[in-house]
Parts: sequence; C-alpha cells; structure tokens
Amino acid sequence: MEYFLQLFFGGLSRGSVYALIALGYTMVYGIIELINFAHGEIYMIGAFMGLIVAGVLTALGWPALSILAIALVVSVLYSAAYGYTVEKIAYKPLRNAPRLAPLISAIGMSILLQNYIMLAQTPDFLPFPRLIPELEFMDRFSNYLGTSDMFIIVTSLVVMIALTFFIKFTRMGKAMRATAQNRKMAMLVGVNVDQVISATFVIGSSLAAVGGVLIGAHVGQINFAIGFLAGIKAFTAAVLGGIGSIPGAVLGGLVLGWAESFATGYVSSDYEDVFAFLLLVVILIFRPAGLLGKQRAQKV
Amino acid sequence: MKSKWIMTVLGVALAGMLAVGCGGEKKEETKAEAPKQEAPAAKKLVLGVAGAQSGDLASYGLPSVNAAKLVAKELNAKGGVNGMMVEVLPMDDQCKPELATNAATKLVSEKVSIVIGHICSGATKAALPIYKDAKVVVMSPSATSTELTQSGNYPNFFRTISYDLIQGNAAAGFATAELKVKKIAVIHDKGDYGKGFAESAKKAIEDGKVAKVVLFEGITPGGVDYSAVIQKIKAAGADCVLFGGYHPEASKIVTQMHKKGMKIAFVSDDGVKDDTFIKTAGPDAEGVYATGPQILADNEVFKKALADHQKEFGSEPGAFYSQAYAAAQALLNAVAKAGSTDYDKVVAALRSEYIETPVGKIKFDAKGDAEGVSFSVYQVKDGKYVLVK
Repeated sequence: MEYFLQLFFGGLSRGSVYALIALGYTMVYGIIELINFAHGEIYMIGAFMGLIVAGVLTALGWPALSILAIALVVSVLYSAAYGYTVEKIAYKPLRNAPRLAPLISAIGMSILLQNYIMLAQTPDFLPFPRLIPELEFMDRFSNYLGTSDMFIIVTSLVVMIALTFFIKFTRMGKAMRATAQNRKMAMLVGVNVDQVISATFVIGSSLAAVGGVLIGAHVGQINFAIGFLAGIKAFTAAVLGGIGSIPGAVLGGLVLGWAESFATGYVSSDYEDVFAFLLLVVILIFRPAGLLGKQRAQKV
Repeated sequence: MKSKWIMTVLGVALAGMLAVGCGGEKKEETKAEAPKQEAPAAKKLVLGVAGAQSGDLASYGLPSVNAAKLVAKELNAKGGVNGMMVEVLPMDDQCKPELATNAATKLVSEKVSIVIGHICSGATKAALPIYKDAKVVVMSPSATSTELTQSGNYPNFFRTISYDLIQGNAAAGFATAELKVKKIAVIHDKGDYGKGFAESAKKAIEDGKVAKVVLFEGITPGGVDYSAVIQKIKAAGADCVLFGGYHPEASKIVTQMHKKGMKIAFVSDDGVKDDTFIKTAGPDAEGVYATGPQILADNEVFKKALADHQKEFGSEPGAFYSQAYAAAQALLNAVAKAGSTDYDKVVAALRSEYIETPVGKIKFDAKGDAEGVSFSVYQVKDGKYVLVK
C-alpha cells in the first residue's frame, strides 16, 4: 500500500505538469483547430527565463520563496509575450490558408525557437537553483510526497481552478467559448476574434511557463531540448483527454502521469512509454474523441 | 501601427535572450574557424575529427578538436608529416547516429583517409560501415562499446580508451570489493553505451557471487522525472545504484534520490565523469563514484599536452582530451611510418609501432584496442573528481 501511494503521488505530480502544458494545446486547438507544436518550446523558454531571474536574485541574496514567486511572474509575462508574438508572426497570416499550412509553420517555429535558444544560451545542461525549500511540516509525508511535489500539485490545482473560473464567468471567457463553438458566428455577433485568439495564446503560454519554472526547480537542471519530450507528452495528454476540452486536458495529463508511474513501478521502466501510448491507443479505439471529448459532426 | 508594436515586442524579447547568452557563445568560436584559410601549394594531409561538437554532449566532443589542432600544429612546425601539412577538419554529429552517418559520408566525400571519432558509441557504430567501405582508418578517443572492437566487424576501427566490458567489471568490482555493498540496483539509459556498461557490470556482479543484482532497468533519456524508478530502487532495498549512461540523467537521478532521503552509494561510468555533471548536480554530486580512463599524472607527454592546452586556449582541457591527443599522435605517427595514407600500410603501422602518448606508451592489438590503457575509479570530493583507486 505504501509503495502504491508513493507511485500514486509521483504520478500525480508528474501528471499535473503534463496537464499544465496540455491546457495550452487544448485551448488553442479548441479555438482555431491548430496543433501548436511550438508550445513545448514556450515551456522551455519559460524555464530559461525563470533560471535567469532566479540566478540574478540568488546572487542578490533574496529568500528562496520570494525568488520563486518573482521568477514565476517574470517568466509568465515573458512567455506570454513569446506566445503572443509567435501567433502574430507564424499563425495569423495563415488564418485562412489550408489547415496544413499553419501546422507546418508551427513545426518550423518549434525548430527555430529550439535552435535559437541553443545558440543564444548554451547547448549544455544548466543547473537550476533549488527554489523550493524543504518545509518542515512536510517531513511526515516525505516518504510519499516531497515539498516540491506538493508545490507542483497545489500550484497546478490553483492555476486550473482560476482558469475554469475565467472561462466560465468572465466576458473574455464567454467570448472564447463562443469562438470555439463557431468563429464566424462569434464574429457576426461582435466578438473580436483576433483578440480572443491572442488571449488564448497568452493564457496557454503563461500556463506552460508556470510548468517550466516548477519542473526546473524540481528536477534541478534544464537545457534547450527539454520542451520537445514534455511537449510530446502533453500533446498526448491533450488527445487522451479529448483535444479541445479543458477538463479533458487535466484528466488526460493525470491519467498519463499515473500510467507512466505505475507502469514503471509494477512492470519495468523499460516499458514506461510503451504503456503510456498503449493506453492512448486503447482509449482512442473505444472513445475516438478522447475521454471527455464531445463527439461532434464534422463541419462541412 | 499595430505590427510595428508587435515587432518591438519581439525585438525586445529576442534581444533579452541574447544579452544573457554571452556565456554560452565562447564555445562556438572553437568550431567556427574551419581551417580552410591556409592554402600553401604543398600537399596537405587532412585529419577528420568527428563527434559531438554541439548539442548537450558537446562537452565530450570539443576537447578532441582542440587536441587534434594542437598535435597538428606541433607536427606542422616540424615540417608536417611526410612533407604534407596536417589540416584538421571538424565534423559535428551531436552524438546522434543519424547525424553521424551524414558526417561520415561528408568526410569520405572529402577524401579524408584518417579520422578521429566518433565520440559516442551509438554514433560510432552507425558511422563505421561507411568508413569501412571507403577504407578510412577511424580512431575513437571515447567510444567504449565492447562490440566495436571485440566483434571483429570493423578492422578499420581503433581506440585509445579501454572498453565497457572492462569498465563494467571495474565498476562492479569496486562496488563489491571496496564499498562492500550487497544489493545493487543496476540502471541504464537503454543506449548502446549505457546498456553495454550496465550489462557487463551485471554479469560481473552475478559471477562474483558476493552481491546480488536486485533491480535491472532502463530509463528513458530526457524524461521529466524519474521518481517512479527511484521508488522502485528504494522498494528493492538496494544499498548501491550502478548507473550506465550519460551525465544529464545521472544528475537527475542523484538529485531526486537525495530529495527522497536516499543516501546510498552511486557508482557510474566515464559518461558521468565530467565536470558538467558536478556543475548540474551541484551539492548532490558529492560522494558520487565514477569510473574513468586512467590518468597518468606523471607522464611527460601528458604534462606537455596539458600545458599546451593551457597556453593555446587558456583553460583546462575537457573530457577525453588525453585520449584524443593520443589518437591524433598515433594516427599521424602511423601515416609517417607507413610513408603514405595507404589503408593497409597505416593499419599495419598502428599495430606494430609503439608511440609515447598522454595515455602511456601504446600500440594496438589485432582487434583495435590500445594495449596498456585501463580504468580507474574516481569520486566527487569538494566539487572535483579525485582518484580513489
């Protein structure tokens, strides 16, 4: 039972990060039906910005938790600017092009950002300061759940609840839902669709940046290529949960995290990815739209 | 108006990244200056240097380029080899097999007849058939996969480092005999190199019969976290972890093990015996053991090679520098002794002529391994690798 709980919480914290990144994929897909392959890179850029801020503040001797808070805010703003810019440069001019065009453009953007960071920063792994202190009252649980795991889970939870409220109850959230349902109709009733799409990218990128900083602080090292694998996993989570569905992305992330954790724990880590993707295939056979995706008639 | 504003945001964003990125750019210089500009009318001898010169394993490949350049410079000052000036041609493979075959094809098409490389075993294995068909002599400073030489498939391949079977035995022997651990968890990164090391270590532990392998598993390189496999090591009750692979994964595992309060011994290979590991793992690196090529601190050639690097590049050389230096010396010496770059003559010279190198006085056996090189065990103490045994 103890072993089970350890794997359960390990999977939960891993899954929360997948969910944070998956939200960006799923929101963008819901609104413009584009798989934003550059999203993993935004996550990586968020982690780098967090590292830079943390490096400077650590040198100035600030306390760890305030550094974490500031690093989060700065890298969220920075990544949001990146997400906004990427959309304007790579996707907006192709809004009315055939659907394959923005997809290629997204892959190009991903390669560009990765190589840019590799050249501008360094190809080496960089140590990420341990921003999450070991809290004393967590000692009792440290067998199951470290302080940084708890931080990741709690932060993800807060961010996801805030996002749900935003989508449900604000004007912009309503406009987003309207645009997701039917872009043309939303435009006709006076929704500024361009603004909505920009807002989607900004929010998605901010979530990815939160994930980047948290995982950086948890794992303790980053490099230019971390966005690739994280992006693929998060994309899988989004598909698993039903792409376009926000609760689906969260559920998909958690299911994927658990699948990997239990596969490693009870079978073998050699088969970690095999099980994760086997699960994806099985779920898609029985529920082609994903766990929480709605079966919709194809728009003609 | 609007687009102007957007471009400003982008400009600021990009410039921000560049401004802090100066630290990383120093390395680029070494590979940027491809030595094409020397154009004396005399014939030249091109020495290819293939390996990871960019990407996350660049710290293993760049020292080879420096070593080759220094050896070439010294020989050129003495009039070259057989009257030909030696020219170094670096070729990047990022330690990726698919890029390694490209690099090999390029070197072959440039009519290069001697190559130092590649750095990683997987990449070397992928590139070797191309060199073999073109009759190019290849000598790696760092590819330790056992089968590269011992299978006998690649008569054109040599190396100045010992191989995984020996390294795995050394690591296993150290863990059981010196650390006296009883339950060992053997973890690897599923790559040619890491798995090869882990398998030979596992076999050595099982044959030794004093300790037990309680867990043998592969992990996915580049994974987000390894907490599940660490829980498994803990549940298996291991008192030592033996890891086969490279430093990015090793530092993640060590860090997360310490976070979970596990203070058991961590023994790894020469893929981890690199200062980048100490830099990324920080305080968690303390106490980690790693096997690595023997360092002959008293050897005259070793001292000279080190001093030359200090003088030319103003820094300590990185991993596999001595091995690459030795490889450059051995290859160029063989060409000089053979009197030409003829494949059969060069190979014969490599197998018969002894040469003084930073890794000792070596020649190569029939399979291509250097005679007289071996592994030692090192431990991280106060942020540095020091010799244990």
